[in-house]
Amino acid sequence: MDAPGDFPEVGDYALIGDCRTAALVSNRGSVEWLCLPNFADASLFGAILDRGAGHFAVAPAGDFKVKRAYVEATNVLETTFETPTGVVRLTDCMVLPDESDPELYPQHEILRRLECTSGEVEIEVSYAPRPDYGRITPAFRKRGKLGWQLAGCPFGAFLGSEIALEEDRRQARLTGRATLKRGEVRWLSFAYDEHEASVVPPLGGEAAERLAWTTGWWKDWSARCSYEGPYRDAVLRSALVLKLMNSATSGAVLAAPTTSLPEVQGGPRNWDYRFCWIRDSALVLHAFLRLGYTEEAEGFLEWLLHATRLTWQRFQVMYDIYGEVKLDERELPHLSGYRGAKPVRIGNAAHDQLQLDIYGELMETVARYVSAGGTLDKLECAMLTGAGHHVAKLWRLPDQGIWETRREPQQHTFSKAMCWVALDRIRGLAERFPMRVDRAALGRECDAIRAEIEERGFNAKVGSYVGYYGGEDADASLLLLARYGYCEPGDPRMEGTYRYIAKTLNRNGFIMRYPDDTGYDGISAPENAFAPCNFWAAEYLANAGHRQEAQALFERLCAFANDVGLFAEEIGTRSGKPVGNFPQAFTHVSLISAATALYQRKTA
Amino acid sequence: MTPTAAEIMTILVWGFAATAALSGIMFGAQRLGYSRLSLPFLIGTIFTGERSSAHALGLLFYLLGGWLFAFVYYFIFASIGRTGWELGLLLGAVHGAVLLVMLLPLLPHLHPRMASEYEGPVRGRRLQPPGFLALNYGYRTPLTTIVAHALYGLILGARLTLT
Repeated sequence: MDAPGDFPEVGDYALIGDCRTAALVSNRGSVEWLCLPNFADASLFGAILDRGAGHFAVAPAGDFKVKRAYVEATNVLETTFETPTGVVRLTDCMVLPDESDPELYPQHEILRRLECTSGEVEIEVSYAPRPDYGRITPAFRKRGKLGWQLAGCPFGAFLGSEIALEEDRRQARLTGRATLKRGEVRWLSFAYDEHEASVVPPLGGEAAERLAWTTGWWKDWSARCSYEGPYRDAVLRSALVLKLMNSATSGAVLAAPTTSLPEVQGGPRNWDYRFCWIRDSALVLHAFLRLGYTEEAEGFLEWLLHATRLTWQRFQVMYDIYGEVKLDERELPHLSGYRGAKPVRIGNAAHDQLQLDIYGELMETVARYVSAGGTLDKLECAMLTGAGHHVAKLWRLPDQGIWETRREPQQHTFSKAMCWVALDRIRGLAERFPMRVDRAALGRECDAIRAEIEERGFNAKVGSYVGYYGGEDADASLLLLARYGYCEPGDPRMEGTYRYIAKTLNRNGFIMRYPDDTGYDGISAPENAFAPCNFWAAEYLANAGHRQEAQALFERLCAFANDVGLFAEEIGTRSGKPVGNFPQAFTHVSLISAATALYQRKTA
Repeated sequence: MTPTAAEIMTILVWGFAATAALSGIMFGAQRLGYSRLSLPFLIGTIFTGERSSAHALGLLFYLLGGWLFAFVYYFIFASIGRTGWELGLLLGAVHGAVLLVMLLPLLPHLHPRMASEYEGPVRGRRLQPPGFLALNYGYRTPLTTIVAHALYGLILGARLTLT
């Protein structure tokens, strides 16, 4: 069992989930992050943020070596423990209900199967739920053969176990030990229901059916992937991560299922990512469409237009999975933070910043959806028209930019370019749909934006577009100018920008998002390499025709995934390990985008 | 003791209102995390294992049950020969207590999807039984159930009249 303070590496976790919430399971067989009933609700198992904030561990009692993999193209995790006396395999999943089954299912279930495959192994179980981010220490009630119920909680939570458990009142947990011999199987099931009588799923043969159904569901989903290009495994794993974080109840795609995993150990950049960023939308939609998942793309766009309708015409930077706009930031001082990284935050204060680039990303998303055969209704056209007028009014304002800086607003070059993208796409959409816009006037605004960027956002001295007007700092977001069609990949100014970024933002072979020692983001503290920027570089190189260079970079980056193919927000510039909130949708969609660019040479 | 047409109409109207008030308190208690006792859900799952259908079906039967009990209350008032909110309140509280002490504990024997603590969950039977006073669904369940039923009785006692 983990000792207090003994935090695993971020990359030691793997993700399981049921498209409504997700759990992180360590390579020591411990569920250490699970929020219920939805992704952004309070945690029940939160040991990733504080060793006393709840876990559900199943692992050999003594020393072991571990190997992990997902079962083929699924989100069912297999952890194999090799001990001196034998080998045991732990299979973990969150059960997906079979809608054709007349049986009742709990609202959420974590199903765990242990099988001894050779020799014999003594297994130890420790179950210590701590609801409300560890603020509640619950009691346990044995309910006969139904299992153990959590008492004193506003929800119903049951643990069924084929390993006998007993209550350790001093540590407020259930523990158990059992020795498994070759061929023996044991099941454990954690079931959660909110507001209603609990549904207690049976173990044994019926649990095997639920595991088989869930595995089959993920396999069927993966089989729908139409991508046949290179690096298919990495692309498919990224798609599976996205699907797992694609809310089945709203269609939204979460940025990451965690909060406050630090961007640098001991640094102040600990943010809550359990929301949906408009910024990610173009890449997410692109990923779904490119891989043949049109249903997911439609559901996501529907959510996007519904959520943004609530703040229309002004779009918010991020929304929760149901489109909720108030995401006030709070700190949880009772939690130690991951390896002591304080503060632990919930909510995100960046939600009401002015970040002009999101308009461009949203319009690009809609344009891509339409070019893939989608249509817009009258209300959506009116909404986009209003947004266009809004951008035409706002684009001259300074903003916080793509990196959500916490300093005074600046005239960010990338934000201006994305305003150009927004107006350009609206002009295109107005050709096909009844939108009350003056296309000529929009064209003039586009010209004005471009003229300003070329005059003030390009620094002739360094031969590159720069982060903000009049500055000299490189900014990796500018790698996307070619992807969004602001300029051609082969344009000398774009090539100069790539060279400048690659030279000045290079640290140990990684591209940083901006200089982290100049107070660029308002926080003068070192950080690690923002993983998506590095995939953007690979994508740029592919689009610019530097295929071999792009391929080498892409392959090098893929090697920094953890053992089950997951990426965090950042890559440690020294360690090469995943750092920050984990896994991160933005990194995985950037991987898909780079892979498809490599496959097709040029991203459409 | 046969109600007149006007009395039937009153029973139906105020039976509906009392059921709505009862449901409001029970639903509120669920949402606030005081109790997980949902009578519509328990009723609906008798007929189907599909959650949303169970909710809809259960609510329908619950409403019909609310009307039926409004007639029962009327006949009790008529047999006593008087009405009044105090009497209704008392009757409602007794109604809630009977539900908790006698009816809900019997449910594992009657409900086709309810599991028992003696046999554990099996195919077809996965629903947690309510236990004594339905305490398995939260320790405030007896309180919220009796308050909700007392309000149901109070409304009927106050509004039903005997000719």
